[in-house]
Amino acid sequence: MADTEKNEQAMEPAADATPNVTEVETVEAATEDEAVAALEAKVDRGEPILQVRNLVKHFPLTQGILFKRQIGAVKAVDGISFDLYQGETLGIVGESGCGKSTVAKLLMTLETATAGEVFYKGQDITRLSGRALRAVRRNIQMVFQDPYTSLNPRMTVGDIIGEPFEIHPEVAPKGDRRRKVQELLDVVGLNPEYINRYPHQFSGGQRQRIGIARGLALNPEIIICDEPVSALDVSVQAQVINLMEGLQDEFNLSYIFIAHDLSIVRHISDRVGVMYLGKMAEIGSDTEIYDHPTHPYTQALLSAVPVPDPESREGRTRIILTGDVPSPANPPSGCRFRTRCWKAEDKCAKEVPLLAIPERFAGTDSPAAHESACHFAEEKDVVHA
Amino acid sequence: MPDVTKSQSGGAAVDTAVDAVAPPTEVDTASAAGPAPQGKPRSLWGDAWFELRHRPLFWISAVLLVLLLAIAAFPGMFTSAEPRNGDLTNHFLTKPELTHFFQADWFGYDGQGRSIYARVIYGTRASILVGVGVTAVVTFFGGLLGMAAGYFGGWIDSVISRIVDIFFGLPFLLGSMVVLNAFTERKVYVVIAALAFLGWTTIARVMRSSVITAKQADYVTAARALGAGTGRILFRHVLPNALAPTIVVATISLGAYISAEATLSFLGLGLADPTISWGIDISDAKDAIRDNPHVMLFPAGMLSLTVFAFITLGDAVRDALDPKLR
Amino acid sequence: MTTIEKTADDAVREGAGDDGSPLLEVRDLHVEFHTRDGVAKAVNGVNYSVRAGETLAVLGESGSGKSVTAQAIMGILDMPPGKIPQGQILFRGEDMLTMAGEERRKIRGRKIAMIFQDALSALNPVLSVGYQLGEMFRVHQGLSKKEAKVKAIELMDRVRIPAAKERVSDYPHQFSGGMRQRIMIAMAMALEPDLIIADEPTTALDVTVQAQVMDLLAELQREYHMGLILITHDLGVVADVADKIAVMYAGRIVETAPVHELYKRPAHPYTRGLLESIPRLDRKGQELYAIKGLPPNLLKIPTGCAFNPRCPRAEDICRTDVPALVPVTEQDGTELPGRGSACHFWKETLHG
Repeated sequence: MADTEKNEQAMEPAADATPNVTEVETVEAATEDEAVAALEAKVDRGEPILQVRNLVKHFPLTQGILFKRQIGAVKAVDGISFDLYQGETLGIVGESGCGKSTVAKLLMTLETATAGEVFYKGQDITRLSGRALRAVRRNIQMVFQDPYTSLNPRMTVGDIIGEPFEIHPEVAPKGDRRRKVQELLDVVGLNPEYINRYPHQFSGGQRQRIGIARGLALNPEIIICDEPVSALDVSVQAQVINLMEGLQDEFNLSYIFIAHDLSIVRHISDRVGVMYLGKMAEIGSDTEIYDHPTHPYTQALLSAVPVPDPESREGRTRIILTGDVPSPANPPSGCRFRTRCWKAEDKCAKEVPLLAIPERFAGTDSPAAHESACHFAEEKDVVHA
Repeated sequence: MPDVTKSQSGGAAVDTAVDAVAPPTEVDTASAAGPAPQGKPRSLWGDAWFELRHRPLFWISAVLLVLLLAIAAFPGMFTSAEPRNGDLTNHFLTKPELTHFFQADWFGYDGQGRSIYARVIYGTRASILVGVGVTAVVTFFGGLLGMAAGYFGGWIDSVISRIVDIFFGLPFLLGSMVVLNAFTERKVYVVIAALAFLGWTTIARVMRSSVITAKQADYVTAARALGAGTGRILFRHVLPNALAPTIVVATISLGAYISAEATLSFLGLGLADPTISWGIDISDAKDAIRDNPHVMLFPAGMLSLTVFAFITLGDAVRDALDPKLR
Repeated sequence: MTTIEKTADDAVREGAGDDGSPLLEVRDLHVEFHTRDGVAKAVNGVNYSVRAGETLAVLGESGSGKSVTAQAIMGILDMPPGKIPQGQILFRGEDMLTMAGEERRKIRGRKIAMIFQDALSALNPVLSVGYQLGEMFRVHQGLSKKEAKVKAIELMDRVRIPAAKERVSDYPHQFSGGMRQRIMIAMAMALEPDLIIADEPTTALDVTVQAQVMDLLAELQREYHMGLILITHDLGVVADVADKIAVMYAGRIVETAPVHELYKRPAHPYTRGLLESIPRLDRKGQELYAIKGLPPNLLKIPTGCAFNPRCPRAEDICRTDVPALVPVTEQDGTELPGRGSACHFWKETLHG
């Protein structure tokens, strides 16, 4: 499988020579080749609505009270690149501390990127400020993890959902706002007459709906969801997920869905990126990642997910990783996963593996031919086996 | 599973389900589910008010405070006696006539032949003015500085916090004495200024820490993500959620300022004649106390009662605003 | 067929030295909380039992009463506002609710230990983990400081904390989440209790660490032949380690079953809905089945079956009569050991 002839020889060297930026071109170029089944999902997407290039965020570690001196940096996000297309859902999974929430904040420009760019329709939003930034914010909104802390307890539901209109008065004329808020409540499945209530009068699932309504108010194109259902009960999670999927179809939204729950990410995502210690380990369509993972970390992560079915469980191979995630302030050299990887060799300590289609799969129509940052990428189905 | 109703994405099934289970509105259109315990919109302030209403201590202090405020505003309504001009020959240190309610001789007369009852009544205004005045000034400026330090952080916080530390190091009473000593004419506003000058640090510290907590909340991030400006974030999101501890500290310290004024007046550094103040009266009474304790008793009692009322109110407010009790 | 293996397994375990009588038995337990808005009925007649070497998983969502039951067993319920108006908690046949405080304290920690979800807040941040682990031995067994430290290192080794000797004087914040949870387990294990209650022990952990911790717990349980009550909301975690499951809803047990049976053939619409509403890793579903509505308000539990407003099968009887937890049988009347369902229509749910 690995040695089938290469269709895209022309592109390959470029992808190997330079990191992620060029790599994306490879993928786009490849879409022209309809024979490449693995890339099928990427056909006909047109221009990406959001392009992330080499995004870096280092939080400085300082010492001293008045005269601060930098003694190091927490490398929360360390060179991430991906695209988001209109109407699709890109899932980002990873364990705590992998930097996925920082990515969300960077995309929202709630944090300033240390380096790298985020292009929204061709415009780099990391360097914007003032009016231009506000205009972009109308189009990129966010749904938060904790429905209990993300709504101001001193404001009524009507004020919370109506606040976007106050900040961006051009969206809805003043007399129209109350009706708009009620419409939004209806859209997310809440009684429009709850407009005068306060958040603490609602349950977790209902609050998350309020958060979603606030995110929808300005008719954004992109919604960044940071663990939107992880704080909810199982029976309510499904309701919210269904709601979000319905809204996506209705308003042609693009989602970036950040979560640690791999099952939910698979359910909602068209493409999935796996993050480890501030870097993207593997990215591809949901089938590519879940059924044909090639990065050892992805494989370990998938095999560790508890499956609610004792019988299918017993046949499964489980890769139990030893140890914990290293500190992002002092990540391992070379491949960041090597300290917990069973495949690690000397090369892994010396060379940083690039996020690229592994050479052995390149040009094949195998679903394993997707970007994976491993020197020894190898397909292994851990979900079904 | 044939009976299983698949919910439509964001559609009817979810809608109706939520409507049916959720508590009905005050408009009572969705009353299918029957009356729910949380039927009305209830803000956190509303909840606090509910808590307060069910505390006897709150009512005791509230009634006392209303009375005290009325006395301070309209002393003439509570006594017809004249507080300033004594009649030494007729009334010198006359004992109280405890059955002569609201009469000039109810609490007896002091060493200058002045009606103690009238003086207690007329002294209320100075005490309340000083207490309320200092609290207002301190809450405004201290709160503002604390808010700035907490919200902006960085060098602004460093500078403000160091200033707070310096002022905090000065002993409150000693400091105000030194300040007041520099003034020859010690009117109410001078005393207010002196006490506020040294008293703002507590409020600033409390405000700073609660603003730091509030600004980290997700709803603040959410507002920023919407593109809200600093003013909106500060005054709509941070301040309303950071106010509770400040209110509590302010109410409790109001009582402390009143007693500080009395202390300063007693030492002769606070208010001075012709202003009427409980502190001055207590000071005047110190020579007569052995044989005529009533001269001291009534102004001192009034002072304690007032301080008690404010501190109790502060306690009740704190309990009501404390989310841990809910 | 897997079921058969399991039962055989159980028989072996019981053969290892117990008379088969339950270690802990909860009988008709009720717990209520008196709040400003009324009486919240958190637990409304719960019955369950655990034997030595057995793992009982108590499954439920927030507000189902699963944790409150555990707190009542441990005697760490806040009373007031909590109140136990009715019920028994029998440990080796003795009712802990009527016991003297001193007697009860002897059981707590020594015979029944608890593992909490949040290890960081359950450990004292200003004491070294070695000191906290050793405390158990100093207080309960009167060992010296030195001896206790040796024991602490031993314990840390047993829960596989690498370099235990060097790390024994470290403080809780110096450990990662997974390691802290191991320390919690070590603490619970210290006095070799008969029963461990684990309240969402892996919820706060990452998946890769979750598996490690669950494995450790299962292994220790086997080694020491302990009873384990695993309280969780995660159907996946339960599938891994439990022998039998009790599903709770609105303070009642709505279904009990051996673990494999439950997943294969749920006999209560709530269990069924839960199983269908979780997305699966190995399947790309279209739309998720969602149980409609919201979990009930404990101040105002619906009359009849508490699940009736959310149930696709609900009929008039469900709105008036509280269904009892009745044994479930095969269509031909064959008994299904250990299975029960509190649904008026369990036959239709199971066989329909």
